[in-house]
Amino acid sequence: METLNYTLKDFKSENEVRWCPGCGDHAVLNAIQKAMANLGVRHEDFAVISGIGCSSRFPYYMSTYGFHTIHGRAAAIASGVKCANPKLTVWEITGDGDALAIGGNHFIHAIRRNIDFNIVLFNNKIYGLTKGQYSPTTDRGFVTKTSPMGTIEDPFVPGQLVLGAGGTFFARCVDNNLKHSQEIFEEAARFKGTSVVEVLQNCVIFNDGVHEAISDPKTREEHQIFLKHGEPMIFGNNRDKGIVLEKGKLKVVKVGEGGISMDEVLVHDAADQDGFLQQSLINMKLPDFPVAMGVIRAVPSKVYNEAMEAQIAEAKAKSKISSVDQLLSSGNTWTVD
Amino acid sequence: MSIETKVIELEEVSIRFSGDSGDGMQLTGTLFSDTSSLLGNDISTFPDYPSEIRAPQGTVAGVSGFQIQFGNKKVSTPGDLAHVLVAMNPAAVKANAKFMMPGGTIFYDSDSFNQKNFEKAKFATDDPFTELNLIDFNKVPVPVTQLTREALKDLEIDNKSILRSKNMFALGLICWVFSRPLDYIETYLTKKFGRKEQVLESNLRVLHAGYNYAWNLQHMTPRYVVHPAPIEKGLYRNINGNYATAWGLLAAAEKAGLELFIGSYPITPATEVLQALSERKDLGVKSFQAEDEIAGICTSIGAAFAGDLAVTSTSGPGFALKSEALGLGVIAELPLVVVNVQRGGPSTGLPTKTEQSDLLQTLYGRNGESPVVVVAASTPSDCFHYAYMSAKIALERMVPVVLLTDGFLGNGTEPWKVPLLAELPSITPRIARDASKFKPYQRDPKTLAREWAFPGMDGFQHRIGGLEKDAAGNVSHDPANHQLMCEIRRDKVEAVADMIPEIEVVGENSGDLLVVGWGGTLGHLDTAVRELQLAGTKISLAQFNYIKPLPSNTASVFTNFRKIVVCELNLGQFIGYLRDKLPEFKYHQFNKIQGLPFTIQELSDHFIKLIAE
Repeated sequence: METLNYTLKDFKSENEVRWCPGCGDHAVLNAIQKAMANLGVRHEDFAVISGIGCSSRFPYYMSTYGFHTIHGRAAAIASGVKCANPKLTVWEITGDGDALAIGGNHFIHAIRRNIDFNIVLFNNKIYGLTKGQYSPTTDRGFVTKTSPMGTIEDPFVPGQLVLGAGGTFFARCVDNNLKHSQEIFEEAARFKGTSVVEVLQNCVIFNDGVHEAISDPKTREEHQIFLKHGEPMIFGNNRDKGIVLEKGKLKVVKVGEGGISMDEVLVHDAADQDGFLQQSLINMKLPDFPVAMGVIRAVPSKVYNEAMEAQIAEAKAKSKISSVDQLLSSGNTWTVD
Repeated sequence: MSIETKVIELEEVSIRFSGDSGDGMQLTGTLFSDTSSLLGNDISTFPDYPSEIRAPQGTVAGVSGFQIQFGNKKVSTPGDLAHVLVAMNPAAVKANAKFMMPGGTIFYDSDSFNQKNFEKAKFATDDPFTELNLIDFNKVPVPVTQLTREALKDLEIDNKSILRSKNMFALGLICWVFSRPLDYIETYLTKKFGRKEQVLESNLRVLHAGYNYAWNLQHMTPRYVVHPAPIEKGLYRNINGNYATAWGLLAAAEKAGLELFIGSYPITPATEVLQALSERKDLGVKSFQAEDEIAGICTSIGAAFAGDLAVTSTSGPGFALKSEALGLGVIAELPLVVVNVQRGGPSTGLPTKTEQSDLLQTLYGRNGESPVVVVAASTPSDCFHYAYMSAKIALERMVPVVLLTDGFLGNGTEPWKVPLLAELPSITPRIARDASKFKPYQRDPKTLAREWAFPGMDGFQHRIGGLEKDAAGNVSHDPANHQLMCEIRRDKVEAVADMIPEIEVVGENSGDLLVVGWGGTLGHLDTAVRELQLAGTKISLAQFNYIKPLPSNTASVFTNFRKIVVCELNLGQFIGYLRDKLPEFKYHQFNKIQGLPFTIQELSDHFIKLIAE
């Protein structure tokens, strides 16, 4: 492969970035630009597709091909881009409202088909662009402009939805952890199939601090667990806490206490086809559990766009028809002299 | 058997096959049509079926019909009224009584004419013919069920399979009556059932049983002779409008040197366009059955952004769902073809019936100033041409084009002289060449079309989107810029008038009455107008295929007629558009909205009356 010496700067556009100062999106933009520079993909082969929402302004801040589309439909448009030209590296930038409310149908079906593109789902649990209404990931009871007495509905957990739709790749990261986010984006991009990265992102204006308990760097090691395939599930300031399975349920233990040895701590298997443990990891919540970060599921499976190409190649090899002229004169025809 | 067979020579004859929707009438009609084409008759067909796949057996609601007209001259319609009806049950007689030519022949399955079926078809008496006042008809009872059973008695097959082959008996019988040989049908059946020997054997046996029965019965059945039509030399095939549409798009892709992408969602009566393209992976078609109508157009928009000839197909309700995304296609200025095979509306309306339902929706049904090019096909086979031209316009002018066909065209078949790709007009997509000068919304000064650069092209990286932008492609909320861009998008669509032909009238360029139609009503309007012209009436026809923009000579054509009547299968959509575009003329209107095509008779009557007024 040709060496491509890209840096972050190669992916910045000349447009002024207009997200609010302090918005989590700035950091994610940086992380994705850095990740792209490392992928060994030619600059012109990137296509960044977004829907509507604050995060969906993303393509304007990239120097790649970009398409800022309509509310909820980015997954469908990105599907079309990838199938039309499978050589491209396609990214969809979306938010909790765009992907899980108005675009829920396209989100689950893109995942079900396992088309090879990357979905970056900015989850700030609020509608920011319309100035503060609850979203499908807002916690029950949360007071917003459209839920003055608190919401009366339970939120989606994005990872559950991905697993339920037969997803092959799900990862989670936090906007303020640039280095970790960048790693995750690179892994997502290298995965063949639909990869979903949920970014816990802070809306500094309408939902400031919604993820603070998780994201605060001071408590990060205690409140997040960074999962890595093949490594034990260990976390905590002293790296002495672990996750074990007890009576079919996850449990936090302190290694060395109560006779618990390192051997009993679960080893993360992101490639496990059966998503049972991955589902439990996705569901872990404070205060009983740390919140799972990293690649939670990465199960290589059949990829839609590859199967589409293969069927076309097979049909071309087998068919007697290779041009429209041949098609028009095939089958039942007759000649009038 | 001393009575000679009565031989009736006709210029054209119309037959209606009718039975339960499970009786296989569509296949029977199709095989008969193909056989007739191969004999050199010109044909026109019209399937008329219920929206339920299997409505309750024996009821009028469950009747499925297939009408074919064939003749020794150009046949433009399936015929107003049928000369011959093949009725598999009493309900079929009831459903079709009003479509019968007085004095015509009705073959009916006498085994199905029993109390149970009379009740199901809601006859009050046990004499359906008298009850329907079908007195002056040649009624031929044929014990189809019993004879089918008899033909298959030594084959060990179940009752259901026996009943399923009754349609072949009817087909064989009609083939004798119209002097059609069976060899084409035999070849078809052999291809279809070659591996299922018993199914093939039973179908062939019943087909011949029907043919022989009619031969034996010749003293009581009239025999019709229709000589071949004199038609242009060349290679012919039968094609329906949905296939012609699909193949026209394939031809455009090959001509333009692009790959074809169709993102679509099944919907009656447009589904076949998606199917026909899904069959053509050998020609590189990327077919994507999306999760809904919205994803159908959105995947196509994505494919257009990525450099394919992108297409989506739908019908009225689906077109409504695509509206917002079509607006994205308008503002992003991407080449896109949307095929709308219209059906009766509003809402779910009449899914299987034809109607010119969506012209206003197509012209105006989007938020903001959102002009698209609108093209309408007129016959099953010219769907090929207009699909091809829709793609050409989209690719050369960077604009979404909506092609309107309808259920009548989509499902109707006619013989078609196949063109060679080399004979079709060139298509030059506006693919950008010079990266150093490229700006996404820089335009050709004459056509106002922008250039097309897509991911993978080095040096052309750019961003587009649904927000208003300036000429350089940057997002702009500048008031004056928005007005300018709206006007440019409008003028770009109007500029397409320079690549479409002028409207030509059928008949003299002046006269008492100009009949104006658009799209799929051509066959009926043309026949009615020509008949009146032969009778000396000063009447002409202008049938529009290019709706937006209108052909540049439209006003100069209209001005030479004393009266103008706009005929549509809706309550008056094109007429509203014409009143807006060309308000200097007075328009009369003639509308029908029954899920059925016009009849020649009702058109002629109205035209004569209008001229006399």
